[in-house]
Amino acid sequence: MRKIGIPEIEDIALGAALLGAGGGGDPYVGKLVAIGAVQECGPVTMLDPDEVPDDALVVPIAMMGAPTVLCEKAIGGDEYKTLYDTVSTFYGKPIFAFMPIEAGGVNSMLPIAAAARLGLPLVDCDGMGRAFPELQMVTFTIGGGSATPMAMVDEKGNSCIFRTVTNKWTEELARSVTMACGGSVSVSLYAMEGKFMKEYGVRGIVTRSEVLGSAIRKVKEVTDKTPEEAFLEITEGYKLFKGKICDVLRDVRNGFNFGKVVLDGIGDYKGQSAYVEFQNENLTAVVDGEILATTPDLICLVDTETFTPVPTDALKYGKRVMVIGLKCFPLWRTKEGLDLVGPRYFGVDTDYIPLEERCKGGC
Amino acid sequence: MYKLGIDVGGTNTDAVLIDEKLNVVASIKQHTSENIYDGIINAVRTVLEQSGIDRAEIVQAMLGTTQCTNAIVERKNLAPIGIMRIGAPASRGIPLMVDWAEDLKKIAVKTAIVGGGFEYDGKELAPFDTEAATKFFQELKEQGVKSVAISCVFSTVRNDHELEAAKLCKEVMGEDVHVSISSEIGSMGLIERENATILNAALYKVAQSFTEGFAQSLADQGVTNAQVYLSQNDGTLMTMDYARRYPILTIACGPTNSIRGASYLSQQKNAIVIDVGGTTTDLGVIQNGFPRESGVAVTIGGVRTNFRMPDVVSIGLGGGSIVRQQEDGTVTVGPDSVGYKITEKALCFGGDVCTATDIAVRLGMTDLGDKSLVMGLDEEFAKKGMAAIRALCEDSIDAMKVSSDDVDVILVGGGSIVLPENLAGAKSVTKHEHGGVANAIGSAISKVSGTYEQLIDYNEIPREKALEQARAEAIELAVSAGAIRETVEIIDAEDVPLQYYPGNTARVKIKAAGDLA
Repeated sequence: MRKIGIPEIEDIALGAALLGAGGGGDPYVGKLVAIGAVQECGPVTMLDPDEVPDDALVVPIAMMGAPTVLCEKAIGGDEYKTLYDTVSTFYGKPIFAFMPIEAGGVNSMLPIAAAARLGLPLVDCDGMGRAFPELQMVTFTIGGGSATPMAMVDEKGNSCIFRTVTNKWTEELARSVTMACGGSVSVSLYAMEGKFMKEYGVRGIVTRSEVLGSAIRKVKEVTDKTPEEAFLEITEGYKLFKGKICDVLRDVRNGFNFGKVVLDGIGDYKGQSAYVEFQNENLTAVVDGEILATTPDLICLVDTETFTPVPTDALKYGKRVMVIGLKCFPLWRTKEGLDLVGPRYFGVDTDYIPLEERCKGGC
Repeated sequence: MYKLGIDVGGTNTDAVLIDEKLNVVASIKQHTSENIYDGIINAVRTVLEQSGIDRAEIVQAMLGTTQCTNAIVERKNLAPIGIMRIGAPASRGIPLMVDWAEDLKKIAVKTAIVGGGFEYDGKELAPFDTEAATKFFQELKEQGVKSVAISCVFSTVRNDHELEAAKLCKEVMGEDVHVSISSEIGSMGLIERENATILNAALYKVAQSFTEGFAQSLADQGVTNAQVYLSQNDGTLMTMDYARRYPILTIACGPTNSIRGASYLSQQKNAIVIDVGGTTTDLGVIQNGFPRESGVAVTIGGVRTNFRMPDVVSIGLGGGSIVRQQEDGTVTVGPDSVGYKITEKALCFGGDVCTATDIAVRLGMTDLGDKSLVMGLDEEFAKKGMAAIRALCEDSIDAMKVSSDDVDVILVGGGSIVLPENLAGAKSVTKHEHGGVANAIGSAISKVSGTYEQLIDYNEIPREKALEQARAEAIELAVSAGAIRETVEIIDAEDVPLQYYPGNTARVKIKAAGDLA
């Protein structure tokens, strides 16, 4: 158990941008929502998953809709109370704690705001260990968990909770409600008991995010090694490539942002070329025709000087980036995990081989 | 008929006089004085004397100034203000000025978030709470506040509530209260737009003082026939009256003016402009005659904003950059510099520091100071130094390009003598004799513009039709800002599909600009 205040939020937000693996939305506005809640209601208590009783009700919090709309309407503040009432009434028991469903991007921040405003603890755990674009892409799906009963509320006070027959229906209904409510809503989904969370959740991910954020912030203070060495050491990252962006191809279909960024090698990689393909998040990293990493391992682009993460919507010609790979949560590497988020699900025709094996013998 | 352009920077005050064919008739560059108006008066007097023209023939005078930036960064002369956001029940989760530095937060006497605002599609989110607003304005009036910032959720889509609030504010607090509304200042993104609006409100006294000061300086020199304008950060002009209402828009007009001036001198509308000073070099991009705007959030004095700023990259390379031989034999240039002391410290001026300028003199690229004083430098060392300068410069050119195609490059600024004329990635490299005062020229030749921004669902209005309407709206906005209708052109257009968004909604932004009437 420990307290999360404003300095921790700053680091978690920066780490969340890295864990977004190119997507997940800019955590900036989420960070302000979390800071606003903590300024008003005080710091948040964060629990280790083992501190949560097996039968306690744990509820992940997220936003659904367009980050552009969130940047304009933000959060009203009362949504989390409405979510609390809706969900606890439905289950007939109080919510014990909140948690993030995804640790990458803007959704990393909102559960902190919810916990602060309700005076409830936050659990150091999520269902992805990164960001993914679709509703069912959580470790809890592997354990047989369901997104529904899913509660949705808007800032005006409208709320609903629905049970659906398939994930496809959940997406369909959730999108309609989101649009009708003005393009951005707060949701709770995959409500679960403590025991289930401990079994399938990605433990310690909020702390990991904070460590990553603080590593990026302090990288220039390192004296005994180069900033790059320090960065790779703390993140446990595999350096896949370093290059200059020489082309960005984009295509927006069905609300998803598809594309490919092409890099010309610089420094030790001069003369080599690489590309990274993405669908909101980065999917594959290919150097000189050889695949070095694929989803569900994290592929992150960072600025070569500041090591700040570069999301897919900020890719532009001429920018110098380092491509790094981070190992995904082990459960994603099982058959069930790969069926959900493996390369073939995203239309990439290759078997999943763990990052550390692909990179054996140096990248 | 003449135009007078003035640029007051942190280091230099420049002035140029331009005739109706836009030829440079006279120009002066001098150090910025403690009291900036003395500097302006001096500069104006000098160009008038140089040219010998009748001062009644000056019909337009344009000023670019860094006064607002300095006021924010130094926390000086900022006015106490009231801040109201219209948007409840939305947006309350983020308090006003939530991540501002404590010392800057003090400018807010009182803040409020009241009911109102819109959805992305223009539907009303909540009715505007006039009762709460009236009460808030009354309290501000009792506390003697003279300036109010008003923001509203999705006011870039519909500004009805902001306009209503501004009207109400004047009714309650009196006609002379200064009201800043966010829809006239920033673009999409409530917090950044609101931040810029708050800064704008706090700058009203600074704006009053520099607009009056400028008018006074001109009157002092007998320039009484001229229409007077201020430069904006997007390379267009605003009237004195508008500048008093929206001083924040003058922020960063310096680099913009320099880029536009360079474009004018070289007669190129698409190029990379490299402005080499004594300590740093600014690289900017000119696209269709206007500076490319930055796509990322811009921070001023620690406050994140999102309004129009040129996309400029600064590197630590200038005429005074110090050149050193390292232990491993490599030669480095900068980022430290002898700055304005170059005329005493550089080798070619009899000093004892080897600067980038000395390297250029040694290699015969320029004739400055006393060449014999640098002939003692090893030629190999000088060549390595020049290679380092070239590498710094070529890397930055590459980082500013949008594709791998070669681009035209324009060199301006006093330090540009240290750059080689053939650069990798450059199709051509142009220099001009008046390049040193490019920023004052940019100020003098500025146009007036209008920008239209909206979220549009292409399933409701077909894209072609929507863009056509948006172009017409932008042209009307430019004309109402003072442009001659026949000269107005669309200078920037973008439509960006919204991510994570069903349907076919895009954010459309169109900008039009034309010559001053």
